[in-house]
Amino acid sequence: MLALLFTGQFLGTTVYGRSSAFKDNIYDPGILKPVDSVLKVRVGDKAPDFTLPAVAGGQVSLHDYLGKKNVVISFVPAAWTPVCSDQWPGYNIVKDIFDKHDAVLIGITVDNIPSQFAWINQMGTLWFPVLSDFWPHGAVARMYGVLRSDGVSERALFVIDKKGIIRYIDVHDINKRPRLEALVKELGKFSR
Amino acid sequence: MKKVIMPLLVIAFFLLVAHMTAMGASGPPLKGEALPDMKFPLPDGPAERSYLGLSGDGDFRIQDVKADVVIIEIFSMYCPYCQREAPVINRLYNKIESNASIRDKIKLVGVGAGNSSFEVGIFKKKYHIPFPLIPDNDFSLYDSLGKVRTPYFIGVKINSDGTNLIIYSKLGALKGEDRFLELILKRSGLGKEGEK
Repeated sequence: MLALLFTGQFLGTTVYGRSSAFKDNIYDPGILKPVDSVLKVRVGDKAPDFTLPAVAGGQVSLHDYLGKKNVVISFVPAAWTPVCSDQWPGYNIVKDIFDKHDAVLIGITVDNIPSQFAWINQMGTLWFPVLSDFWPHGAVARMYGVLRSDGVSERALFVIDKKGIIRYIDVHDINKRPRLEALVKELGKFSR
Repeated sequence: MKKVIMPLLVIAFFLLVAHMTAMGASGPPLKGEALPDMKFPLPDGPAERSYLGLSGDGDFRIQDVKADVVIIEIFSMYCPYCQREAPVINRLYNKIESNASIRDKIKLVGVGAGNSSFEVGIFKKKYHIPFPLIPDNDFSLYDSLGKVRTPYFIGVKINSDGTNLIIYSKLGALKGEDRFLELILKRSGLGKEGEK
């Protein structure tokens, strides 16, 4: 009983990723170490450039947006996991807020494209590109310092201005979804 | 040794019971049962309070709503299924509100599981939700309602003596607002009045 009490019961179960859209296909990894990496960039740094393949086809590079758009990069740890599965669908209904602040969103996971394809299809049609940081595995996540020791990325948000400078970093507790209002507040600092 | 183990086991038992209670219900409240005794925060807007027939500050219980039936939708702004279902629920609301014989008898309320006021507001604005949506920032209402998948619908009949009875408790799409409303009218006994 003591073992039950001090192990399983206190671990709890997730309350995220409960949309019927995903049915019973969400894998629950349990409660994880909140952060398991060390950032390699800071606010004020030039954001490291990258080019990654997109689920929709083609390649997307950070420098594509230089001088044109503010960029929000949303790293989420893995497809088909609880919190990740209900983070991007929320961003999917606030395109107008991104537009208002002349910003685009880029979603990145370290999964391969077939897995990402099946997963994001459950979310409906996403308005933003989803990129695969699968191979070399997690190279972009590693470059930003958000690759965890088990090979998935942190749940992290980077806000980058049109000059390519990092303006905001939130390496969030992997077990929790970042509040939308925090991101919207940061976007509000950009004038069109 | 026994002297040490027994008190430990007794303490562990009570801790376990207390913890499991704090963890919330193990499943959703079912049809034929009563809704758990729970407090919902009052909606901020005067129009929403007026819709539910509530006033004052603080919390309300489901039986405080001035209606014969309250339909609770457990949703999240992050749930794609809830997003897709939103127009159906709006049509259900309009169907009820346009029928003078049931308008004051059936009310809708949404509970935004894990959603802040800001996030609930985004959902409300995006989908033009006309009925009250209550933020459940810390998942406490969600826990009490059995940690269901979303969207989940619970229809609660409020009896004249203040007790309540769940007449609908189901996960997923309503499969059309007409069919759902018909079912609610039938199960609540409002059917004949609804047909007037």
